[in-house]
Amino acid sequence: MDEIATGLVRAIELILAIDPTVVEITARSLAIAVTSTVIATLLTVPLGGLIHFHNFRGKRAAVNIIQTLYSLPTVTVGLLVFLLLSRSGPLGNLGLLFTPGGMVIGQTILIAPIMTGLTIAALSGVGPQVRDSAISLGATKVQAIFTIMREARAAMLAAVLLGFGRALSEVGVAMMIGGNIRGYTRVLTTAIALETSRGDIEFSMALGIILVSISLIVNLLVNRVQGNWWA
Amino acid sequence: MIEARGVWARRGGAEILKDVFLKVSKGETLAIIGPTGSGKTTLIRILDLLDPPDKGLVFFEGVDVTEDDKAKFEARRRMAMVFQKPSMFNVSVEKNVSYGLKIRGVSSSTIQDRVRAALRDVGLIGYENRRAFSLSGGEAQRVALARALVTEPELLLLDEATANLDPRTAETIEDMIRKAGEGGLTVVMATHDLDQARRLANRIGVVIGGELVQLGAPEEVFESPRSEEVARFIRARSCW
Repeated sequence: MDEIATGLVRAIELILAIDPTVVEITARSLAIAVTSTVIATLLTVPLGGLIHFHNFRGKRAAVNIIQTLYSLPTVTVGLLVFLLLSRSGPLGNLGLLFTPGGMVIGQTILIAPIMTGLTIAALSGVGPQVRDSAISLGATKVQAIFTIMREARAAMLAAVLLGFGRALSEVGVAMMIGGNIRGYTRVLTTAIALETSRGDIEFSMALGIILVSISLIVNLLVNRVQGNWWA
Repeated sequence: MIEARGVWARRGGAEILKDVFLKVSKGETLAIIGPTGSGKTTLIRILDLLDPPDKGLVFFEGVDVTEDDKAKFEARRRMAMVFQKPSMFNVSVEKNVSYGLKIRGVSSSTIQDRVRAALRDVGLIGYENRRAFSLSGGEAQRVALARALVTEPELLLLDEATANLDPRTAETIEDMIRKAGEGGLTVVMATHDLDQARRLANRIGVVIGGELVQLGAPEEVFESPRSEEVARFIRARSCW
């Protein structure tokens, strides 16, 4: 119990002292997670829209597969991307293994299914009367699609944030693709795993507090934005 | 203005509309009356080109608009519809009312003027920045009417637009429909309120069991029902 209390005090000291290593690891974590989320958003929002707004053979099966991939283990994605990026893999010549770029690819693949699935769910949550109103007021098909997307914006933002949260908190891809190289690919989660195994509990706790705080701040911001998002 | 020629509609294996022929002239107000489930809404939706008929044709200003997407879109830009349940977009009242103008690329200064005028007409000046989702049913329906009329349609379609509203709001909406009709707008309205149909319409169509069983001037329909089923429907409603 004492160890936890001491660790907590020391962790807060590290944060308040703006420890350069803590700052560097946090900044890298954020940069990689934000980049993965932005790329995944650019891919999954149109893909989710395409699946939702078009009827095609196997649509239900496609949605089922996407939903199954929500719980894709991070180490499985790590293994898959490792095989792709390793020297003998099909993308080996890009030299992305053990780089932040490789980690972005891995995290994007990891969060894409949940973001696609939740985008589809968000759009499905908009009643048919919205489409009817838009069309009857003279909207083109594209204008009607944008209107439906606007109505689903809060749920779509939640999908993006869930993706960001998963990217920030995952450890499998970061460890297997990034390699946890100090000053280059070490991020919050891999640093926590490493420092805990080395017995530096204070440092791990400091990083853990930061990780939780980021999620909390993002959620608070989202709630604030969503509350004023109708104007 | 708009015409249905031999329109059939099937939903879930049941015939909802059977061989409906209906011609609405420019400037007239036509009320479609009939019991619940008789096919009024289906007919209105087909005339608004929201749903295609399973058989038959729809003409707008003499142009076949049944299939062709471009013709349908061009016709739709000249009409507007108000639904029984007002479907507000989750934005402000001002943004709801300006929607039809924005998608037509109207300039923002014109939009501002027309939205203000439309809100004044429905008695909702001062509501511009209110969240549309926070409105009462009556207020939302008035916004829906303003949103439809602000686009200056040539044809206004109303599907039970005053159902479930308090008498005062219903009266306001009726006044607006009357004024719009007097201003030369063509109106087609589905209603189960026979008194309202009599008050507003130049002609009344009676739809029973998916068939347009009588079409004529209000006094003709009410005083000389063509069949026993029309007479029964009118008698039953008049008792209310």
